[in-house]
Amino acid sequence: MKKTWWKILGSLIVIYTTIAGLLLGVPRLAILNETIRNLYFHVPMWFAMLTLFSISVFYSIKFLLQGKEEDDLRAVESVNVGIVFSLLGLVTGSFWAKFTWGQFWSFDVKQNFTAVSILLYFAYLILRNAIDEEQKRAKIAAIYNIFAFPMMVVLIMVLPRLSDSLHPGNGGNPGFNSYDLDSRMRVVLYPAFIGWSIIGYWIYTIRFRIRSIENKQQHN
Amino acid sequence: MKKILFSLILMITTLQLFAQNNDVEMADALRSNGKIYVVVICIVVILLGLLVYLFALDKRLKKIEKENLPKN
Repeated sequence: MKKTWWKILGSLIVIYTTIAGLLLGVPRLAILNETIRNLYFHVPMWFAMLTLFSISVFYSIKFLLQGKEEDDLRAVESVNVGIVFSLLGLVTGSFWAKFTWGQFWSFDVKQNFTAVSILLYFAYLILRNAIDEEQKRAKIAAIYNIFAFPMMVVLIMVLPRLSDSLHPGNGGNPGFNSYDLDSRMRVVLYPAFIGWSIIGYWIYTIRFRIRSIENKQQHN
Repeated sequence: MKKILFSLILMITTLQLFAQNNDVEMADALRSNGKIYVVVICIVVILLGLLVYLFALDKRLKKIEKENLPKN
């Protein structure tokens, strides 16, 4: 935990993707115009969210297997940070949509289902806070989390692909991958996924450390 | 000869496609007079500020963790 190299690495990657994302060449596409650069900032938010929710499920499973309170706290805190990233993704997506699809919310399949899956995780936090007894709370929350994760993945990644959606890569729309100029974008987009995930993980560790100190003080 | 001519014609038609692509409006003016860099600098300053803040928070938390350890 005392090592800081990965924090510096994450910061450098994020700074690189921001500068490169604003300055490097992008494909010239109608309607999208320069907003295609949003891809470097909007999509990594979702990727960071996925990373954090995956960490959460990992610790929920670990909690059910070993029953350590620490793992329960890790699961909750990573969901907390993941929700922040999902809200950032939703807001940035709405702004992007306003200027390319015409509305902040066009009731697109993917928009609706992501809203539903964010609500799923709100329900997780509410459920967890509603139970007073610690062991019971941790167990129920962990089981709920294990069910919520695959539902979120199906809602966000699978179902939108089966019907028509404004999002690229869904329904009849081609993914951004299908544009032949996309190789220029990959050198920014993929590092952005990694960089923002590292930053998200970092914030999660800070939250977890605060939480465990609070927890110790409560018990003393 | 015919083959070469044919492929040349094909190539020219694709050139036209590229030209069409260039009609899409981009922030070329901002880029050509260098003002895009002002935006980039602003965003990078904000990002750097937030990251430095995050490092500071981390440092402070480390201190608190050290203070809390000996008691337990």
